Amino acid sequence: MNALLVLSIAGLAALFSGFSHNKKLAVIVSLLALAAAFTVNVLDWNTAVRYYNDMLFVDNYAIAFTGVMALTMLLIVALFVDYKESVEVPNAEIFALLFFSLAGGVMLVSYSNLLMLFLGIEILSIPLYILAGSKRHTLTSNEAAIKYFLLGAFASAFLLFGIVLIYGVTASFHIDAIAAYIKNSNGQTPGLLVAGMFMLIAGLGFKISAAPFHFWTPDVYQGSPTIVTTFMSTVVKTAGIAAFYRLFAYAFPAITAEWIPTIAVLAALTMTVGNVTAVFQSSVKRMLAYSGIAHAGYLLIAFVSISSNPASSVLYYLIAYAVSTVCAFAVLMVIQHTTGSEEVDGFKGLSKRSPFLAFITTVAFISLAGIPPTAGFFAKFYLFSGAIKAGHLWLTIIAVLNSCIGIYYYFRVITAVYSTGSDSTPVELGTVQKAVMIITAVLAVLLGLFPEMVISLL
Amino acid sequence: MITIALLSLPILAALFLFISRNAMAKQIALIATVAELVLAVVVAVQFEQNSAVQFLANYSWIPSLGIDFKVGMDGISLLLVLLTAFLMPFIVHVSFKKNYDKEWAFYALLLLAQAGLIGVFTSLNGFLFYFFWELVLIPVYFLAILWGGERRVAVTFKFFIYTVLGSFFMLLGFIYLYLQTPGGSFDMAALQSVQLDRETQGWIFWAFFIAFAIKMPVFPFHTWQPDMYAESPVSVTMLLSALMVKMAVYGVFRWILPVTPLAVEEWGNIVIILSVTGIIYASCIAIVQKNLRRLVAYASIAHVGLMSAGVFAFNSQGLEGAMFQMLSHGIGAVALFYVIELIYEKTGTMEIASLGGIMSKAPRLATIFLIFILSTIAMPLTNGFWGEFLLLLGVYKYSIVLGTISTLTIVLGAVYMLRMYQASMLGKTSVLTQNFEDITIPETLILSVLVVVIFWMGVQPSVFIDIAKHPIESILYPLAPTVIN
Repeated sequence: MNALLVLSIAGLAALFSGFSHNKKLAVIVSLLALAAAFTVNVLDWNTAVRYYNDMLFVDNYAIAFTGVMALTMLLIVALFVDYKESVEVPNAEIFALLFFSLAGGVMLVSYSNLLMLFLGIEILSIPLYILAGSKRHTLTSNEAAIKYFLLGAFASAFLLFGIVLIYGVTASFHIDAIAAYIKNSNGQTPGLLVAGMFMLIAGLGFKISAAPFHFWTPDVYQGSPTIVTTFMSTVVKTAGIAAFYRLFAYAFPAITAEWIPTIAVLAALTMTVGNVTAVFQSSVKRMLAYSGIAHAGYLLIAFVSISSNPASSVLYYLIAYAVSTVCAFAVLMVIQHTTGSEEVDGFKGLSKRSPFLAFITTVAFISLAGIPPTAGFFAKFYLFSGAIKAGHLWLTIIAVLNSCIGIYYYFRVITAVYSTGSDSTPVELGTVQKAVMIITAVLAVLLGLFPEMVISLL
Repeated sequence: MITIALLSLPILAALFLFISRNAMAKQIALIATVAELVLAVVVAVQFEQNSAVQFLANYSWIPSLGIDFKVGMDGISLLLVLLTAFLMPFIVHVSFKKNYDKEWAFYALLLLAQAGLIGVFTSLNGFLFYFFWELVLIPVYFLAILWGGERRVAVTFKFFIYTVLGSFFMLLGFIYLYLQTPGGSFDMAALQSVQLDRETQGWIFWAFFIAFAIKMPVFPFHTWQPDMYAESPVSVTMLLSALMVKMAVYGVFRWILPVTPLAVEEWGNIVIILSVTGIIYASCIAIVQKNLRRLVAYASIAHVGLMSAGVFAFNSQGLEGAMFQMLSHGIGAVALFYVIELIYEKTGTMEIASLGGIMSKAPRLATIFLIFILSTIAMPLTNGFWGEFLLLLGVYKYSIVLGTISTLTIVLGAVYMLRMYQASMLGKTSVLTQNFEDITIPETLILSVLVVVIFWMGVQPSVFIDIAKHPIESILYPLAPTVIN
């Protein structure tokens, strides 16, 4: 909860730091604020306090995911120090918007009332609509903003409609009250409530880009500045998934039979669409967008097997995904800057140009592909174990086949890195940029070797 | 503790090379692998011949999922650890004359692959086994893709996708078994004692089999192999054919046979038919090969086919034969690829047609080459004889028809191997071989080590078979009382 306050104040502080002539000030303020937010957040561990008339419930679940989001954003903001792509909005404003968005994310992982869920989604999304369009003079960026905004508004309408229907049946917005109502109805769940629930699935499915609600994702990811794309595919995805999981774990655990088949189909569809489409992408940025869709699909498996897949498997998966994705995007930013292209071919000859970058790329993509000893492997292993335990063998087999497709396109990048390229000028890296890459790569391996430190949290 | 030492020595050496980027990388790698061999011999001397797991080391790793870092060795593991430790110095040494770019990385990756192999052969935890199984692949991928031949990128890519696809199914199998254990544990003993009905065993059997069949490779999963052997740096070709193939056969010993005996009974005949088909198919293709490395690659498919047939025959001759043949085939593969590399160094070609008459120029090389070839075609007094003999006996006991057809492996093997020898060593010298210089004394000595072992194993096979006898019996008769240490 204190984290939410710190982040909101930080957003204002970042905004005002833009008045200073010192351009670095905004970055420093943001980094300090994020570190502070993370610290006060961790201090709340094991307290489980309810705030604002029980609108927010800051339990360990909320704290863990808030921590992940704050740290991920810390890494992304650090990348700004050496960021070269032209963003035509001053840094201070970008940071302010990112902070407001993150504040929305914190609400999303700690809500105990559906109104807060809706508020969280809106607070998370509105800054993103602006950020997506922050390359004002670029057509694709404009397209991204408009597309994201229109479809986002559409999804919000679904979400709101769903909340209203559920309120109509249960006379409460509170997730515990809804759960209690369902429990007391003794299997006679009113159809309206189920309809409301499906609307929530559609609305949230849009936010986490689950198929068939994913069509905005590739265009928006590709059109936005890469650093914003990094934020969207990590922090926003974490918030969306955590909110989604919280909803089903707290409000609808008693009617799993109603929603498990639907989510199972969504999961299978999402990972298949994401992976198969990713194979055909020549742009790495777009490929990572589809890979993000695919990972959302794997994560949905955790929902289906909610009985045996503890929240820690979602937490671990999201951390592994965030770490590897930030790492991959950090490399992509350098490639974009030095070659002017985001195509797979731009990675060719990287091993000659910078062995360091080649190594980092390898770790990031091996982890995304899910091969030991990286975090990506253990994440999949842990998730799939839970799914098989819950009896979803077929879904797991589909997921495994999808992982193989994933290996195909992730390794296309790694293979390009080690094949001969035309360009052989060495790549210059900024210190902070290099530090972020090292931290994420080391984390990807370290978490893979010692997963116990995360999975014992929740 | 000594198992941990075996595992960490190559890792530490590799880390040292990565960090120091030492110009003496070759020598350091060679010293490390020889030191590893010394350690392995110490283990072998202390080993007691029974079916118990010895040299145990157990650390808690991921307790909430029942995953321990548990390693140790029984006879089967020990023989393969010995094989790895014995062959690695040759695998390192064969590249000594190459001037690779970034040598330190090349040798460091070789050492990492060795650590992974030792890990696979000593893991006593299903998760750990899978972990090492995949871990071996990463150094091999980079070795092949960074230092391979012209078509390395496409070939390595295919190899990688293929093997990972297989191992994912194995992972599913492991997870399923894990969920059946009481209390949830990945411990090898716990996984092996899971009781499954016949149908479930069938599923688990195929999940594991695909992973192992791709790695071995069993026909029709072999298509990655000849290209990969031809395009990889010679050290990697040796590593793949001599050691990584054995991971798969070892996997069958460790997981398929103890966990799914009913499925082996039910599906074994299909696997053996596939294996025997592979033997005939690969042998026929080997006969028409024009390139030395490709010929040995296809010969390797044929030999592995016989091993796979013997294992799935699931009787003591078949299993002992497979165990023994793993050693002979490993040594034979390293020996043949070593000689081919020497010929390539001196002539710049691996095409059989452009060779010839080497015998007259280089009698030492030709003699040693002949011994290696006789060992691969199962000549009595060489190690190849006992392996193939036991394997054929095992298959014969399983089915007379299949056993008879498998015998063709020896006949066809003699055809392609001797034809190759004749065309490359005998006859008139060609343009490329007319100035062929014989191998130096140090080279002769190095190859003589292999010759000595080939004859030692050929004359005293029981020394090796006895080490694995008890564990093999406990796989065949799991309920029989076993000697406990």
